[in-house]
Amino acid sequence: MTATDAHIASQPAPDADPRQSAAVRPALSVGKISHSYGPRRALDDVSFTVAPASFTALLGLNGAGKSTLFSLVTRLFGIQSGRISIFGHDISRAPGEALRLLGVVFQPRTLDLDLSLTQNLLYHAALHGISRREARLRSGEVLARIGLTDRAGSKVRDLSGGQMRRVEIARALLHRPRLLLLDEATVGLDVKARADILDHVRQLVTEQGIGVLWATHLFDEIMPNDDLVVLHQGKVLAHGQVSRVVADAGAQDVNTAFMRLTGAAAVSGRPAS
Amino acid sequence: MTSTTVTPARSGFSLSEYITCLNGIVWREALRFLHQRERFVSALVRPLVWLFIFAAGFRQVLGISIIPPYETYILYEVYIAPGLMAMIQLFNGMQSSLSMVYDREMGNMRTLLVSPLPRGYLLFCKLLAGTAVSLLQVYAFLLIAWFWDIAPPTIGYLTVLPALILSGLMLGALGMLISSGIKQLENFAGVMNFVIFPMFFASSALYPLWRVREGSPLLYYVCLFNPFTHAVELIRFALYGQMNWVSFAVVGGCTAIFMIGAIYAYDPSRGLVRRGPGGGEA
Repeated sequence: MTATDAHIASQPAPDADPRQSAAVRPALSVGKISHSYGPRRALDDVSFTVAPASFTALLGLNGAGKSTLFSLVTRLFGIQSGRISIFGHDISRAPGEALRLLGVVFQPRTLDLDLSLTQNLLYHAALHGISRREARLRSGEVLARIGLTDRAGSKVRDLSGGQMRRVEIARALLHRPRLLLLDEATVGLDVKARADILDHVRQLVTEQGIGVLWATHLFDEIMPNDDLVVLHQGKVLAHGQVSRVVADAGAQDVNTAFMRLTGAAAVSGRPAS
Repeated sequence: MTSTTVTPARSGFSLSEYITCLNGIVWREALRFLHQRERFVSALVRPLVWLFIFAAGFRQVLGISIIPPYETYILYEVYIAPGLMAMIQLFNGMQSSLSMVYDREMGNMRTLLVSPLPRGYLLFCKLLAGTAVSLLQVYAFLLIAWFWDIAPPTIGYLTVLPALILSGLMLGALGMLISSGIKQLENFAGVMNFVIFPMFFASSALYPLWRVREGSPLLYYVCLFNPFTHAVELIRFALYGQMNWVSFAVVGGCTAIFMIGAIYAYDPSRGLVRRGPGGGEA
């Protein structure tokens, strides 16, 4: 990686290029990914895409392989087989370009509890090479957006669970990514905090055109117009718009469709779609 | 390639992005250090106990002949001061890696590792940040030691700085390499016993090597091949405005090897950092 491209770095983000058609360039493309922990296969030939400006729910029970998939997309684990690209940038061959376009909220809390909200945001900005002055501006903006401006100087430790999650989402957006990954972001939150966070993320999709991959095991977080990837025991059982997946499964709702798909998989031992 | 179009790459990073990233990592390490005053106090108390109690008691037992870089007979306290400076850095290096294991368990490490900048560079920044903290500790120790009549030439306070940076990097890189192999925080106590104490005692920190040779030729060779011995000697000579080229070469070489090893271990495509679903990272 070279450090000589100051003029290139000042160019607009790649996806802003008007010559590129968003239709042929998925925000996230996962192709034939398999991953094993020793003899145990956590992911088996997983393929799907997330379109820009779409809300894609990754639905799976605990242990389905969602967190492993997130670790692969964020390069915490190396890819054993298959390929992953973000807006066309292969994460193995061009990790810098790919990770620049990616914001992520992990399932475990990753904020520094003893630092203030602003300090956490400034640290994240520095890790993305954003200058201190610009970082302060953006921190102010994102904190205002999540309604925590008056808590900017508070230690993260003093926030509620829902507030911490909102800060983590704000932090993930600080470097203005075009793809946002959230791994069970509402776990452990009360009903209102859950709804608030979900609304906030859906707004990001409609207002800012961000592609979102929302991993969850909660059916009620999924809307009929969302895209859906059903992951079960490391395999993709269905992929498409929710209403279509539900119809294809001959079900009335996501809950029943999921039960039928996973039930079918258990019987045949193969993907049901 | 399955994708037909690849967005034009904003390839590489500008120098200012690299510098911003380094500043950010050092700044966070300094903030954490300021929040942990007990850590600072204990980092100082440890060498001072050795200096005030151990050295005072040992003074009568061990005679030190005139050996380079010293030009006169010296007190035992003066002899062990460089060893204690290196000890501060040894503990700090291991403590930094302890914080990496902690960060990994708590998830903070993910924040660092998903930065788009090259991972080797991120780890190097982390290493520099840890070394900067160790410098603060060493100079605080030197200040107190000065009141205890350990007064190297004034210029020594300056000439020892590059030596301290290099030895700090070496010990930090060693800690980082070790931390990559540790799955959980609890395992760290064992590593402290198996790394810190053998490295410290089998070195020239507490006794000159010619003394060791008289007692046990085998131990002498162990000490001679211990990189920590060379960190101590590099600091000892630099503190008196002199250069020990052999120690410089050993410490420089070990820094490179440990650093490459740590970057290798934290490289996801090689996966030395084994973290299964039951581990801290899954």
